Amino acid sequence: MAIKPRIKLDKKEAKKGDLVEVKALVAHIMESGQRKDAKGETIPRKILNKFTCTVNGKEVFAADFEPAVAANPYIQFKFKAEESGAVVLTWTDDDGSTIVGEEAITVT
Amino acid sequence: MCLAARERFGKEIEDMRFNRRQAMAIGIGGLAGASLLGVSGPALADKKEADEAIAKFTGGKTPIMGKVKLELPEIAENGNTVPIAITVESPMTAASHVTEVLVLADGNPRPGVASFRFSPASGVAEASTRIRLAATQNIVAIAKMNDGSVFMDSKQVKVTIGGCGG
Repeated sequence: MAIKPRIKLDKKEAKKGDLVEVKALVAHIMESGQRKDAKGETIPRKILNKFTCTVNGKEVFAADFEPAVAANPYIQFKFKAEESGAVVLTWTDDDGSTIVGEEAITVT
Repeated sequence: MCLAARERFGKEIEDMRFNRRQAMAIGIGGLAGASLLGVSGPALADKKEADEAIAKFTGGKTPIMGKVKLELPEIAENGNTVPIAITVESPMTAASHVTEVLVLADGNPRPGVASFRFSPASGVAEASTRIRLAATQNIVAIAKMNDGSVFMDSKQVKVTIGGCGG
């Protein structure tokens, strides 16, 4: 199932050196591995454990998540606009699969 | 198990132990005493685990209070989703910038919450997300600079309903 993340940049066009704010929300259960089902068996952990943001392939921000990050993880951060290109956000699941979202930024 | 639930459970055992002591042999009372220790054990382990995680992150250095600003609500009605924002004062140049920020919650079943990695390309060391908190506890954010110095901030959050979905 392809999950589509919701990504919002506070500006699509920025001047070189400007700070661009990124807000992103992705639908994911973030199962903590602490809960038990009706039979009393532990529900196995399944979370997005890694997040990266790259602009034209260059990493500008990254994060590691633990089970203490809430379901449907929200992340907000900023980066410095250097060049026009693709802002790519990648979340990595415990099972190795990834969720990828992309936005374009124009730097003048 | 929630910390709150654990505390409740602990109290019940204490009551039980008291009753048993009156009715039964001391040997059984002692056994209940041992299980009481077993119940309070994990909570202590969390604190120790948190300290270990801090020591591992800082490389043994003691973090200095300051530079880091942790924004959290004073009271979280729902521990399942608590907004958290971190700001670290830094020029974020190649010569002086924040490399990593570690967030820990010492009252959760596991203390680790998240870590954020910054670089001069970030422009500013700022991030926010939403986290789960099992009970009223202290949240700690520790920032590591590129020169190896460490700074921290800590804040207590009162949690009305724990967010471990027990």
